[in-house]
Amino acid sequence: MTATPDTVDELIKRGYEHGFITEIESDTFPPGLNEDVIRALSAKKNEPDWMLEWRLKAYRHWLTLEQPSWAHLDYPPIDYQSISYYSAPKKAGDGPQSLDEVDPELIDTYNKLGIPLEEQMALAGVAVDAVFDSVSVATTFREKLSEAGVIFCSMSEAVQDYPELIKQYLGSVVPHTDNFFACMNAAVFSDGTFVYIPKGVRCPMELSTYFRINEANTGQFERTLVVAEEASYVSYLEGCTAPMRDENQLHAAVVELVAMDDAKIKYSTVQNWYPGDAQGKGGIYNFVTKRGDCRGKRSHISWTQVETGSAITWKYPSCILRGDESTGEFYSVAVARGRQQADTGTKMIHMGRDTKSTIVSKGISAGQGQNAYRGLVRMTPKAENARNHTQCDSLLIGDTCGAHTYPYIEVRNPTAKMEHEATTSKISEDQLFYCRQRGLSEEDAVSMIVNGFCKEVFNELPMEFAVEAQKLLNVTLEGAVG
Amino acid sequence: MLSIKNLHVNVDGKPILKGLNLEIGTGEIHAIMGPNGSGKSTLAYVLSGRDGYEVTDGQILYEGEDLLELETEERAHKGMFLAMQYPVELPGVNNMIFLKESLNAIRRARGEDELDSVKFMQLIKEKAKMVKLDEKLLKRSVNAGFSGGEKKRNEILQMAMLEPKLALLDETDSGLDIDALRIVAEGVNTLRSPERSVVLVTHYQRLLDYIQPDHVHVLANGKIVRSGGKELAHELEEKGYSWLEEGAAA
Repeated sequence: MTATPDTVDELIKRGYEHGFITEIESDTFPPGLNEDVIRALSAKKNEPDWMLEWRLKAYRHWLTLEQPSWAHLDYPPIDYQSISYYSAPKKAGDGPQSLDEVDPELIDTYNKLGIPLEEQMALAGVAVDAVFDSVSVATTFREKLSEAGVIFCSMSEAVQDYPELIKQYLGSVVPHTDNFFACMNAAVFSDGTFVYIPKGVRCPMELSTYFRINEANTGQFERTLVVAEEASYVSYLEGCTAPMRDENQLHAAVVELVAMDDAKIKYSTVQNWYPGDAQGKGGIYNFVTKRGDCRGKRSHISWTQVETGSAITWKYPSCILRGDESTGEFYSVAVARGRQQADTGTKMIHMGRDTKSTIVSKGISAGQGQNAYRGLVRMTPKAENARNHTQCDSLLIGDTCGAHTYPYIEVRNPTAKMEHEATTSKISEDQLFYCRQRGLSEEDAVSMIVNGFCKEVFNELPMEFAVEAQKLLNVTLEGAVG
Repeated sequence: MLSIKNLHVNVDGKPILKGLNLEIGTGEIHAIMGPNGSGKSTLAYVLSGRDGYEVTDGQILYEGEDLLELETEERAHKGMFLAMQYPVELPGVNNMIFLKESLNAIRRARGEDELDSVKFMQLIKEKAKMVKLDEKLLKRSVNAGFSGGEKKRNEILQMAMLEPKLALLDETDSGLDIDALRIVAEGVNTLRSPERSVVLVTHYQRLLDYIQPDHVHVLANGKIVRSGGKELAHELEEKGYSWLEEGAAA
């Protein structure tokens, strides 16, 4: 299956034309990428010299790289010179003035998800100051966090306020030389989030980008850095269950996690960006590099993701198990329906002794969706007694979709233990008939079977997120059968 | 309750039922017997509304209503229940949650209040006891990894919970040992009531040792070729089906 060839170009250009025509958005750079653009971008953000140099170094390296083509994805070449790399955050008032101006289909989806009206307005980018006082919400949170010594701010602020921490950790997990998209991100990242949990602190609340007021328009090249010092704990929730929230077409983010001795980071994502229409037009191209470094002994990093959106997903949240007895986990639900394509999985790199990793991947394909699991488990020579358990299940709905599994296993230590289980199943006519004979509608039957299939992953999500993820999946798969 | 007139059904373009007539009154238990391939399961599936069964002629009235106009789930809402020959596994779907959703979907469709968790739990425990189904199985995924007998008992549990007006049991006795057969039969007997009709589809007479039918019909070559009382079952036991099949072909 192929995406419509003109998709990216056209949509990227649409964004540009929009910026070109509208007076309010005059603070958008003309499309194109070169050193001057990066200098201008850095200057706009008032960055110190070291940050600019960091970006330029990445950019110069990027020029030597080529876009990877190994994934099981089919999309037309992306013209990186047709993208605008800086757009000033929209001021309140730029967006729709009321919900009446928002696409009714979007509102319909919000209602199905049970999102309260105030939040709907915030998510749709309606000027919200009168209705939903996000500023005060954010302030309350910040006070509580700073009492605990937790830093939770935008990356731009962090560069200004905590330069030493940023210099120390930024790029230390995902260096700019890592891959094409990560390198590009290092050169042009627009903003993102910085989280720092001091030694021995258990973060008093779940941190969520949702509450960050400056999150709404951070743009397509986010950069997130979470540092958990010795014996600290943080749970971070990312993303949003609102479709079409991010109108950008190319999304190349980087997330870096650092866990020191006995620290634990739990990172949860529910992603539901615009997947494009039924013909495969439009939708987000999501090329994300996420990696956690279990640097300390007995450190623990856990990734949980529910990916239902985006036209293309290229994403492998990984763990480097450097510290002895450290633990890495990856729990994933990825849905590809309509013409969506997902190539997603994880990498578990065992370096320390007695390191342990668990991978649970649930791929759901419907319509003409193509879902690929790609996972690497590497046991290095020093990884004595390393253990991995991988479970990789695919569920097919209908007979025009596809599921693919690409496990890569490298074991270089004879004491390592590695298990891989994989299943592929299909929602059968038998199952649907059985459920309907018991009085359930076909939709309810599908959602029940799908939720059952995903249960192990949903159990890893914080409670409210699990409920939303479940609802989201129901909305996503509505009409997937028959 | 149920009136079938001149029913013709094709499966994959091939005629399976060829002019079947059957009248089932309220509160009656009917046994439909017949050799393999005579169309017994087809009849059960057509009645419950499974896709792939094409009615080419005839009529089915269920409580005076044209049954063929109703969707599968609507038939369930109106009190029709099919205990399947091979109950389907639903991995990951909790047995209790499945039954609760099912029961409440039916109650909603009838304009009744949904049962809350407390009431539901009381009810299911009581019924599980009745069909001697280990409570542990309630917490497992629907039929997943159940033994043959456990699956059949789970079907009877569902029937007991949903309290249908018309219960169709398709080869419920197949693959059961005597103990399991007795438990299943007890379950059906307990549910026997003047308001409830039961159709037992079976190949063997032995189920009828435990459940006394009011009427026995022999289905052969897509038609009912013989109807009678429970003594007909014994006659079949002795003589087999061939003498009737010959009659049907003639």
